Amino acid sequence: MLCMVCKQREAKVHLTQMLEGKTKKVDLCDECAKAKGVDDPAGFSLADLLMGLGAANELAQSMTEAGEARCPRCGLTQADFKKTGRLGCDQCYETFRESLSSLLKNMHKGTKHRGKVPGGSPASPATDDRLMKLQQDLLAAIKAENYEEAARLRDAIKALKQDSANAMA
Amino acid sequence: MKLSEFLTSAEELARRNAPAHPIVMSSRVRLARNLRGTTFPGWAKKPDRIKTCEKIQAAVESLPQMTGAFSQSMDALPALEKQILVERHLVSREHAAKGAGSSFVLSRDETLCVMINEEDHLRMQSLRPGLQLSEAWRAIDEVDSALEKRLDYAFSPELGYLTACPTNLGTGIRVSAMLHLPGLVLAEQVNQIIQAVNKLGLAVRGLYGENTEALGNLFQVSNQMTLGESEAALVEKLGKVVTQIIEQEENSRAVLLEKKPKVVFNHIGRAYGILASAHIISSKEAMNLLSLLRLGIDLGLFPGVPLALVEELFLVTQPAHLQFRFADKLSADERDILRADMIRERLRTVNRPQPPPAAPPLDNPGET
Repeated sequence: MLCMVCKQREAKVHLTQMLEGKTKKVDLCDECAKAKGVDDPAGFSLADLLMGLGAANELAQSMTEAGEARCPRCGLTQADFKKTGRLGCDQCYETFRESLSSLLKNMHKGTKHRGKVPGGSPASPATDDRLMKLQQDLLAAIKAENYEEAARLRDAIKALKQDSANAMA
Repeated sequence: MKLSEFLTSAEELARRNAPAHPIVMSSRVRLARNLRGTTFPGWAKKPDRIKTCEKIQAAVESLPQMTGAFSQSMDALPALEKQILVERHLVSREHAAKGAGSSFVLSRDETLCVMINEEDHLRMQSLRPGLQLSEAWRAIDEVDSALEKRLDYAFSPELGYLTACPTNLGTGIRVSAMLHLPGLVLAEQVNQIIQAVNKLGLAVRGLYGENTEALGNLFQVSNQMTLGESEAALVEKLGKVVTQIIEQEENSRAVLLEKKPKVVFNHIGRAYGILASAHIISSKEAMNLLSLLRLGIDLGLFPGVPLALVEELFLVTQPAHLQFRFADKLSADERDILRADMIRERLRTVNRPQPPPAAPPLDNPGET
């Protein structure tokens, strides 16, 4: 069996993960395993590795459908993300939002953060829900090529974020 | 200050960590954080990375927890010292490979450390001996809360803390415990346990992937998912799973001792024999045999020998630690010789294992 990454050397490291009935398998040669940090107990996660293989393909596919996207802040493209499995900056989560959402669903328990919030008090759920609704509307508007509506929604989202940031500060 | 002067010696460290847990070697919680509106380290240009690094390093150094800390740019650390930090689980391998534009800060008591510009702007971790997951989480939570007053984190109310890799998104937390499971390995049950733990969405890592025998029978269990659950819930979940694995390990030891005592004593006796007599030993072989020695101590076969001795030997027989004791640059062959010399010397005062007196034979239940 050949290594899934370099496709040249014999695979010697075999990883299997079963999660909620889904089986994921990765076969690597010693060198690629080392390069991916598989032999390092401190820095390795299977999901991480899978990101660079199967999941990244899925992601690239969904991105191609959505057209070539490039992060306006840091310049990262879908191809860059596919190659490294890493995003370029915090803004990337906004830029690649749609394609990331299916990836996140597979990767995590949920798609909504339920943990710690800077400042100690969680953002008011009302603001949260409103923001989510606006963002969904924005995506719908862009899909429908209703750019006037999209611009209005974008400004509304910005204002709401600003408000909640001020409230937290 | 030089790292070698800052770090506690392996001997002292092992003693300080005692009484260690017989099965849980260490508990660790790490958090990933990034700065708002700042390109992540892996994608940033070098001058920007250096600027960000200086800013973060100053903020970390100003924390009360970091009074008297060791703080250094990665390019100022010699390769050997970096490797020592890796062997002590204070720095990841990726971070050890970094140079200018990345830094490392270690608290005076060596339980808290921060990697700056690893994959994320900040990777902070709390490392404690034995089973102390909640304590480790509390300590790093405090560091994080103090830091957020000094730095503007990249955070989204919906997605939580934004990380370079989406696998760390949300809480950015990784809770892990290093477990010593020789009983489950000897009983050939460890793969079953790994599979069961995987089904719960937790990762188990041996040193060479899951289907191999882990080096030194050491396994690290950690959470994989970071989004959709609170930190407290994740810490609690891992704690519960670890408690169950401990129970399984204790069970399999008890069963082995009852059903195949000779096999167990044979493994431990041979391990002692080799460690006490070898003149050439690789780090891998040493790890595996020391694991059995540790099991022997746990089972009471070495009365009066503290666990700290094995813990110390685990550390000082690692390549960089060994290299560090001897000034000259050593080849792998020379290291294997010096390693064996050192282990023989340390075991000189340790007597041969003494199995308990044989129990009445089980195969003659008729005779009473």
